[in-house]
Amino acid sequence: MGQAEVITPMYSSKDYKSTVKPIWCPGCGHFGVESSLFRALAHLNLPPEQVGIVSGIGCSSRIPAYTQCYGFHGVHGRALAAATGLKLARPELTVVVTSGDGDAFSIGGNHFIHACRRNVDMTLLVMDNEVYGMTKGQPSPTTPGDWDSKIAPGGTGVNPFAPMAVALAAGANFIARGFAGDPNGVAKILVEAIQHPGLSFVQVLSPCITYRPEEKFWKKTVHPNPVAPTRDPAEAGHRLLSDDGFTTGVFFIGDRPIYTAAVGVGEGSLDEIEEHLAI
Amino acid sequence: MLRQIDGSFAVAEAVALCRPEVVSCYPITPQTHIVEHLGELVKDGHLKGCEFINTESEFGAMSLCIGSSSAGARTYTATASQGLLFMMEAVYNASGMGLPIVMTLGNRAIGAPINIWNDQTDAMSARDAGWIQLFVESNQEAVDVHIQAFKLAEALSLPVMVCMDGFILTHSYTRIDMPTQEQVDSFLPPFVARQKLDPADPVSMGAMVGPEAFTEVRYLAHYKQLEALELIPKLAAEYDAIVGRDSGGLLKSHYEGDAETVVVTMGSVIGTMKEVLTPMRAEGTSIGAITVRSFRPFPKDEVYEALKNAKRVIVFEKALAVGLGGILSSNIRWALRGTATPVYSVIGGLGGRPITRPSLRTLFEKGVKDQLEETHFLDLNLDVVKRQIDREREQTGSGPAAENILRDIGALRAAKTA
Ligand SMILES: Cc1ncc(C[n+]2csc(CCOP(=O)(O)OP(=O)(O)O)c2C)c(N)n1
Ligand code: SF4
Repeated sequence: MGQAEVITPMYSSKDYKSTVKPIWCPGCGHFGVESSLFRALAHLNLPPEQVGIVSGIGCSSRIPAYTQCYGFHGVHGRALAAATGLKLARPELTVVVTSGDGDAFSIGGNHFIHACRRNVDMTLLVMDNEVYGMTKGQPSPTTPGDWDSKIAPGGTGVNPFAPMAVALAAGANFIARGFAGDPNGVAKILVEAIQHPGLSFVQVLSPCITYRPEEKFWKKTVHPNPVAPTRDPAEAGHRLLSDDGFTTGVFFIGDRPIYTAAVGVGEGSLDEIEEHLAI
Repeated sequence: MLRQIDGSFAVAEAVALCRPEVVSCYPITPQTHIVEHLGELVKDGHLKGCEFINTESEFGAMSLCIGSSSAGARTYTATASQGLLFMMEAVYNASGMGLPIVMTLGNRAIGAPINIWNDQTDAMSARDAGWIQLFVESNQEAVDVHIQAFKLAEALSLPVMVCMDGFILTHSYTRIDMPTQEQVDSFLPPFVARQKLDPADPVSMGAMVGPEAFTEVRYLAHYKQLEALELIPKLAAEYDAIVGRDSGGLLKSHYEGDAETVVVTMGSVIGTMKEVLTPMRAEGTSIGAITVRSFRPFPKDEVYEALKNAKRVIVFEKALAVGLGGILSSNIRWALRGTATPVYSVIGGLGGRPITRPSLRTLFEKGVKDQLEETHFLDLNLDVVKRQIDREREQTGSGPAAENILRDIGALRAAKTA
């Protein structure tokens, strides 16, 4: 028809990487997560400017500065709320929230619950190292209750938070776990998570080599999910509650209703509305 | 006992000597070491009878303090910067309810842009929150003032915030003369709560108060703060009598006698300033300095007395009221109302910018000749700001200002064009 053929540009991981060099400790799990994220975005062939990466505060939350995508580095714990605003204003963007177990589950815990419940179409990627890395080693909600630290003498004595079970109960539409030491596996999960409508929650076990050096043995502890993901929330709940926290893979793929902005979506032009309202 | 320790460690030890019954916290730089050391003291048995709990956020920490203080427990927490902002609703609540909580604020800048370094903007954000705010100049003073803070808070049933410069004090090792437990015990009696939740005499706290009494309840808080103006020097004298050190009080004059030019500031910067002022005085310049130690309540009469013979006043502060200028300087002007004394407002050290002796020397030399603007920004790179202003004027989508400025000064490489 005389029109030039549209050629879809092909992206590679490095197209998502900025010139800012990460200042993570050598061996930090977050390196693996960053590379998985870029691989996933490249696989999906998403133009960097069509992706918004939103974070709060923490070592994990530094990722926006390290990308060529739209980055937004907010305050501690509010990433999901800011990302919701971004997604509602620009629904065509692919929005990925990169957060930590402190940022997302303690100070930002309420937003975690309500973001899952609201089920806006975005992906929440939590780099879970069961510690606050940035503030130098305090227990987070996912830290085992007997982990001794200065700020929690003798351990918190509190049961760890079960983020995937909470996400399921709160209404998230896609729930999975990855391991930073398996960047390909995480990338594959992220591809699915980003593509799946609604709030996709991906917990990535990402060792903090400095404050939880024992986490380097996670590579021996993690094991793949032996069963296929379920679409049944009751079955997913059953599996999650009996899981040891180290099973990697997709657990739940839901078809729960997705939040769509009702306010501000006009029905016809102003003239048409006036005509309709005319007595 | 003399010890070479860092500011956070010293404060934690001083707080432990006060026998707090509940310590609640959430980590944030630069105060985390304070509560971490308290945790260690609880663990090793030095601090007995203390519930130590790290919560899920500062909002949780302060709310927990409200609960424990209401139950009659001596309660302590520490925070900084964003943490103070995040707990702000509970901060107002604590003072509105008259709960004698003591909190350390490791002064740090507030974002955006994100900045972890020292200035005093965080404290200023709570200046009207009803808390007593005491600023310390050294780690020794931090130790002494924390001990006095518990007594002050409990005597008035008002919360007290001890403000100490983040990093400059919290992270610096200095020689500290730590009072003994006996000295602290003889200064600070056990806490007897003025109001407490008691099953034998049930009360409900946190009543809804309408227009019929809201003003009176607020005025009461104001009245109590004015009472603190009398109590703060008294407690400092009492402390001196027991410990043998003059620490705390409403304000401090750093040189004997009147001077034509008086510098007014708060916190640790007076240390650097004295290294500039002392030689200037030796060279014959009539210049002195006072530090405001109690910012809330604001000792306006004492400030007036200290400044009434000055020909000019230079107020140096590490905070900015955007759209107004200086905050401390506005308060100083209020103390000097009715006089013709010029008050120069100098803003410096924001976000941790070093306050150097050469810059201060130039500043004071200009100041004594009345060559300062009404509001002066120390070491401001105005060219960079102008560049951004022009950019915003010329381009609709000029991009995020902080990133542009970083790029202009070469701290951020230009974004790779995809
Ligand atoms: C309101 C507020 N409180 C506290 C902090 C201090 N802070 C910064 S990051 C962080 C925890 C980060 O932990 P996590 O999200 O698990 O990330 P990690 O560093 O382990 O990757 C804390 C407590 C802050 N920035 N803001
Ligand atoms: S402190 Fe821990 S989480 Fe932070 S960069 Fe270092 S290894 Fe990673």
